[in-house]
Amino acid sequence: MTEKNIIDLKNIVVEYDGEQVLKGIDLSIKDGEFVTLLGPSGCGKTTTLRIVGGFVEPDSGDVFFDGKRINGLQPYKRQVSTIFQRYALFPHLNVYENIAFGLRVNKVPEKELQQRVRDAVELVGLRGFEKRKIDTLSGGQQQRVAIARSIVTRPKVLLLDEPLAALDLKLRKDMQVELKSIQQSLGITFLFVTHDQEEALSMSDTVVVMDKGVIQQIGTPQDIYNEPVNAFVADFIGESNIVDGVMLKDNLVRFAGQSIACVDKGFGKNEPVDVVIRPEDIDVVRPDESPLHGLVDSVTFKGVHYEAIVDVDGFKWMIQTTDVVRAGEEIGILLNPDDIHVMKKSEYSGKFGDYSTFSEEMDLLSDPNYQEDAEESVAAEAEE
Amino acid sequence: MKAASKLYVFLIMLFLYLPILVLIVFSFNASNSTSVFTGFSLQWYRELFQDKETLQTLYNTLLVAVLSAVIATVLGTAAALGIVRLSKWGQKLVMNVTNLPLMNPDIVTGVSMMLLFVFIMTLFGGSDVLGFWTILIAHITFNLPYVILSVMPKLKQMDPHLVEAAQDLGCPQSKAFFKVILPSIMPGIITGFIMAFTLSIDDFVISYFVSGPSFQTLPLRIYSMTKRRVEPSINALSTLIFVAVLVLLIIINLRQSAPHKPKKGATR
Ligand SMILES: Nc1ncnc2c1ncn2[C@@H]1O[C@H](COP(=O)(O)OP(=O)(O)OP(=O)(O)O)[C@@H](O)[C@H]1O
Ligand SMILES: [Mg+2]
Repeated sequence: MTEKNIIDLKNIVVEYDGEQVLKGIDLSIKDGEFVTLLGPSGCGKTTTLRIVGGFVEPDSGDVFFDGKRINGLQPYKRQVSTIFQRYALFPHLNVYENIAFGLRVNKVPEKELQQRVRDAVELVGLRGFEKRKIDTLSGGQQQRVAIARSIVTRPKVLLLDEPLAALDLKLRKDMQVELKSIQQSLGITFLFVTHDQEEALSMSDTVVVMDKGVIQQIGTPQDIYNEPVNAFVADFIGESNIVDGVMLKDNLVRFAGQSIACVDKGFGKNEPVDVVIRPEDIDVVRPDESPLHGLVDSVTFKGVHYEAIVDVDGFKWMIQTTDVVRAGEEIGILLNPDDIHVMKKSEYSGKFGDYSTFSEEMDLLSDPNYQEDAEESVAAEAEE
Repeated sequence: MKAASKLYVFLIMLFLYLPILVLIVFSFNASNSTSVFTGFSLQWYRELFQDKETLQTLYNTLLVAVLSAVIATVLGTAAALGIVRLSKWGQKLVMNVTNLPLMNPDIVTGVSMMLLFVFIMTLFGGSDVLGFWTILIAHITFNLPYVILSVMPKLKQMDPHLVEAAQDLGCPQSKAFFKVILPSIMPGIITGFIMAFTLSIDDFVISYFVSGPSFQTLPLRIYSMTKRRVEPSINALSTLIFVAVLVLLIIINLRQSAPHKPKKGATR
């Protein structure tokens, strides 16, 4: 990775049918960086990718490639290449000719073409498959053809739209590792779209969390996980308990009826805040060992740990612990200052991070309509 | 149960193919009897190929078949490309309009076309318009829906991002059509062409109404021959047509079943 920006998006707005799908996106991507766009369905990830690819023109805003403004430049003239969600391989060509396609249209001499196709086939591990028809390949193999077809043209940037979504879990894990190593060995910039947060955290240099056409946070995986800026990010990345609190002063926050030391500062005196506590950061102790108490509601054995839903001051927390806890038991909850993360209030406050309806929430998250529900409740609040 | 169903299939086959079987057998008959098979001979085929008039109509038929199939294929493919761009509702409407002539009895199509041609002829004060051109136009017209129907599914199966993928790899949009879209719907186009060709050779009813004395096709010729006296050379001719159509149909069927249908699930 160098310090030079290969792509800059400046205040990109895209509208469909009068509705803003991207509401002023600003994003800079460094040469050789692995950047992931992460967000729920319909948040505008694909649209952002298509802006860079040249398939969508922004209604306002500028796209820069290597410092040059490329608004309106035809896709075939851009030095980026896309791996489409369903691969879009050419059904009338075999594996070899699919990979050679980009070189043939660019009139690369036959000798060089053969060498480059051979290298690409080698790189994605498809040797022996050159003569096969596309529809005789498995999903994972088609994926590899799509990758080879793109990288053989030596693009500066590779755009990948949920390339692993169609693969089963095992294959997906393998391909994650493989993609990452391809990216590193070729030094190509990757702009990668996923709505799988684990995939985003494990593969990326930089994660961009989006919701409703707005970038919520840009940061390293560690930043995003440990220092989420609002309840949406905290909830979207991993499990989190998000509790109402008040910042008494620097390094002291009050929530769940207790004043507790923390490492956050720079908030106003007595400013209302959201407090994030990750389930795995919580220490379970005897009730007399901590001022913070909870009553265990239910416990699920998860193999490595137990997952307990605990009633703390009327609010349900999720706690992951390796200690044995039982439903109905009173436990003490011990928090170190750096287990606590304090965030400013946002439009997402109060919507996430409560486990009182845990099982229903899981259903809601996989329900495509959940986004609309959230929007409705925003509207309802605005009216009040 | 199994035996019964086998018998059933056998009876149906017998019912369907016995007449043709008889026809084929008697086309090789040594005498001109249509009831007694007196021995194997190729004399009727020989006679057939010495009949100048029949050969001329065979040529006419093939000419119309090739021309109408080619033109219908080009027009039909262009139409299909346009139709898939329409809204869902528009697609339904256009497809219904396209399908209607398929269900329309041939005789209605034939009569209405004849009326139209004659009407236009009198409008422009011409005479004797019925002939090669009217037959050609009629054949193109009834072939068109079949071509559209065989190209449409291929277009719908096509990955919507195919053109974008081609552009992405350095191919301008105008070129992408010939490099990517056309080749990937080619199986449908070829099937449509063969179908149109077969139907054109096959057609009697519509041709009957829109043809004139100046231009006859083979089915019309056979029909007029049977009105005089049933000559065994007709058996020979019919056998040849049957075999030709059969071969084309087998090709169509092979194309429809063998081509690699995309494996569902593997990619989705
Ligand atoms: N061509 C279009 N016409 C109208 N609306 C569109 C079009 N393309 C996208 N949209 C809308 O824009 C919004 C963002 O779409 P986009 O495809 O970018 O989402 P996404 O983040 O990629 O979602 P997913 O994870 O489901 O792929 C959606 O509400 C979608 O309905
Ligand atoms: Mg998408």
